[in-house]
Amino acid sequence: MPSIPSSPIATLRGRFTEKHATRLLWRAGFGPKPGQAKRLAALGLDSAVASLTRPRGRARLIGRAPHGENGLPLDPIDVWGDDHCWWLDRMVRSDQQLVERMTLIWHSWFATSIDGATAALMLRQNRMMRARALGNFHDLLVEVTRDPAMLLWLSGTENNKYSPNENYGREVMELFTLGADRGYTQHDVHEQARALTGFDNRWSEGRGPYDFHFDPELHDTGVKRIFGQRGRFNYLDTCRLCVTHRTHPSFMVTKLWGYFVADPIPAGVLRALEHTYVRSGFEIRPLVEAILRHPLFYEGARMVIPPAVFCAGLLRGSGNTVQTNAWAWIGEQTGQRLFAPPNVAGWDYAHWLDTSRWTARFQAVNYALEKNTIDPESKTYDIHENASQALARALAFWGHPELSATTKDELRAFSRRAQTRIRADWEQRPYRVMRQNALRALIPTTPDWQTC
Amino acid sequence: MAGRPPAENCCAGFTRTEAMRAAIAAGRQPNPREWDPRMPIPAGTGMDRRRFMLGAAGGLVSVYGAGRLGVGGRALAEGIAQAATTQSPSSPILVSIFLAGGIDALSVLAPTQDPTYRKLRPTLALSPSDGTPFAEDPRLSWGPAATGFAQLHGAGKLTVFPGIGYRDPDMSHFTSRHYWEVGAADTRVMTGWLGRYLDQVGTAANPLQGLSMDSEMNPTLATAVNPVAAMDLPESFSLWLHDVWGDVFSLTLDAASSMGDAHRRAADPALAQVAGAASEVGVVRRALAPFRNADGKPSYTAPVSYPTDSKSDFPQRLAGLAAMIAAGLPLRCVALTPDTQFDTHATQSETFTPGLTTISEAIAAFQADLEARGIADRVLVHVWSEFGRRAQENGGRGTDHGAAGVGMLIGTRTTGTMVGEWPALTNLDANGNQKENVDFRGVYCSLLEQWFDHDAASVIPDARTFARYQLIR
Repeated sequence: MPSIPSSPIATLRGRFTEKHATRLLWRAGFGPKPGQAKRLAALGLDSAVASLTRPRGRARLIGRAPHGENGLPLDPIDVWGDDHCWWLDRMVRSDQQLVERMTLIWHSWFATSIDGATAALMLRQNRMMRARALGNFHDLLVEVTRDPAMLLWLSGTENNKYSPNENYGREVMELFTLGADRGYTQHDVHEQARALTGFDNRWSEGRGPYDFHFDPELHDTGVKRIFGQRGRFNYLDTCRLCVTHRTHPSFMVTKLWGYFVADPIPAGVLRALEHTYVRSGFEIRPLVEAILRHPLFYEGARMVIPPAVFCAGLLRGSGNTVQTNAWAWIGEQTGQRLFAPPNVAGWDYAHWLDTSRWTARFQAVNYALEKNTIDPESKTYDIHENASQALARALAFWGHPELSATTKDELRAFSRRAQTRIRADWEQRPYRVMRQNALRALIPTTPDWQTC
Repeated sequence: MAGRPPAENCCAGFTRTEAMRAAIAAGRQPNPREWDPRMPIPAGTGMDRRRFMLGAAGGLVSVYGAGRLGVGGRALAEGIAQAATTQSPSSPILVSIFLAGGIDALSVLAPTQDPTYRKLRPTLALSPSDGTPFAEDPRLSWGPAATGFAQLHGAGKLTVFPGIGYRDPDMSHFTSRHYWEVGAADTRVMTGWLGRYLDQVGTAANPLQGLSMDSEMNPTLATAVNPVAAMDLPESFSLWLHDVWGDVFSLTLDAASSMGDAHRRAADPALAQVAGAASEVGVVRRALAPFRNADGKPSYTAPVSYPTDSKSDFPQRLAGLAAMIAAGLPLRCVALTPDTQFDTHATQSETFTPGLTTISEAIAAFQADLEARGIADRVLVHVWSEFGRRAQENGGRGTDHGAAGVGMLIGTRTTGTMVGEWPALTNLDANGNQKENVDFRGVYCSLLEQWFDHDAASVIPDARTFARYQLIR
């Protein structure tokens, strides 16, 4: 097991329980497979975290390969929606769960949409973010800045010395590195745009956008004044100036913390992690390793599980993989179509649910369990099963998730009521089967399951 | 440089949905910017294509006069009687009907007596005997597909704008439609004009105040604050599960919302968020349950007959709307987009004639329905399109994008006359399009003031600069 350095901030005290491990798997991955939380808990806190933050070698995809409705393999470049299904499959099957989860975080952080790029370029960006998921933020920012999908999305190849375009110059500070109005002015935005000039691409009817490159002819070589410093800055300077800006470390730490912990970051924790971050030369992994061991991660308020994580978690928990293209529109309706964030600010992690989204999650459960329902015409289902036995059986199907007493009471009451509807003798078995199917569907729709 | 010049007159598949379908059919990744780089980001970005309820969560729905629904009244009363309301049962409702693609005004209200018209439209010109004479301008006739409109105008219940538009018209579907949706010639405005009105007069607890009766939210209703809703038909809101049905399925849905009820006041905000949504789904489901029989068919019947059209459920949507208004659901602004696309670049009459026939007859039936139910005075219908079409027909028995077009208001309380005048074909703009003499933003201002009794300046940018028209009596 890889070792992990001691944390610069407080760590969870006492025994690392299955409940803790379950939360770790939901927040640093895509939910537990049955039995996985118990095995992870047995490792203890440090080793459990290290197993996620320090994976060895290449990721392995475990389980049945994905396919679409027609049995054909997914075609993420050319078939609408298969890009979503392709990534969802990695979320379900990858044995490097945190790497996928961090890739999802960077996708929302540097939110780029297929609405402004192409599937091929989005997948290229996705590979880049996966490779740098737990690496160095400064390096990641440089790659994002010259990433073709981002160059299209935020007008990077429309920004040249003849007509500077402020799109990326503004967002790189406001959304990616510093935060709105935190130590920069409109003058800095304008000057950043000048520094960022020079990217270009070609376009053809058959290939769409291609040949992304830096063309010195299009770059403004003049002197710029950014954050009070003067120089003949280019895009590399933009990235350097942003990460070394005095307000960047607090932005970085606070935003990253917010993806993992519901409670606001305590001032002392913020200071300590800023120090860690700067001293490491802008490394991401030490921050994540500290956050994943902090007591508030395990004992603080619950978080609503994001839609993509919810869908992947349903498949993991029920032992299924992606076997239908329907997951693309389910992703859209649940409110997290991968590769299509709502805008450059990414998804709003504070408001995942309304009535429409709840309804879509209900349908997601229905699709996840498509292969797991019992036929109501079964000839063998236990005809004497009582309400408690039915609930126990459904909970066992999902690997005994922890549910509140209130929720268990509600499920038990449903189980009893369903039994009272049995009037005719022929209904004894099919009603019990339907009750079991219904209980399996109800468990992941509970408020307990949808939060962690 | 990246990108490419915008295509002149695109236009097979000019709506996002159409283009996406076409792209899928062609095995390509749909990309909105591909077919018109100038397309503005739609109002309500990020809020479209959600199936049912949209926007912030809300507690819904109260029902007045449930008995007037005629069916399911008891269930309706039982289901939602507990919900509070803030809306008066007589408050006005505006129904916005968008004719997508830019409808050919010269085939709606045709200058059949005009020699220039015959010259410009050698194959498409209508003759006086085709339609119904327009009493207010002897040069014009209602086209044969506009019989429903002719009948409403004859009864004094239809106000028509024969030359509505705006200065410096934009001939892009996306841009012009966006202007109309947001109520400003500004691509940066992100809320719909009715959405901004709803933000001021609506509540955080009533998504039905802004209802899109389409499968996706209509950008005209895009709000910044208050919730709005989208659904096709009141009877079509339903959930299902594999291998669970009947009693057990009803109990399952009840259990899901009951768990929402049990947790919605949880101290933990995340739990409360999920629980609140689960609980509200139960409320909406119960509110709309009376509109649906066990077999999924509508439980309501209309007191008048609506046209039938195998290609369009627009008449059914209007019938469902009349039933919901009659049941007292707290609606304020409703938006519908009929299925017909009026971007008739080729063989215009093939889509135009059957499409507009259904639409105009359905709107006439809707008006008769409201009158039969005694609720017509509460409702005003607004019909609009993003532009008219080129005066001269093209070589394919079709017409290209134009500028000024035709708009209408329908209801018992509208003035029922022509507003502005028909823009003569001898005075076209530089692109060969008819010129506007009524500004759509002036119409919006007048509707806000006269129909909603609301300060137009708080909704429409630069409201004072637009002329007002007498639209409501």
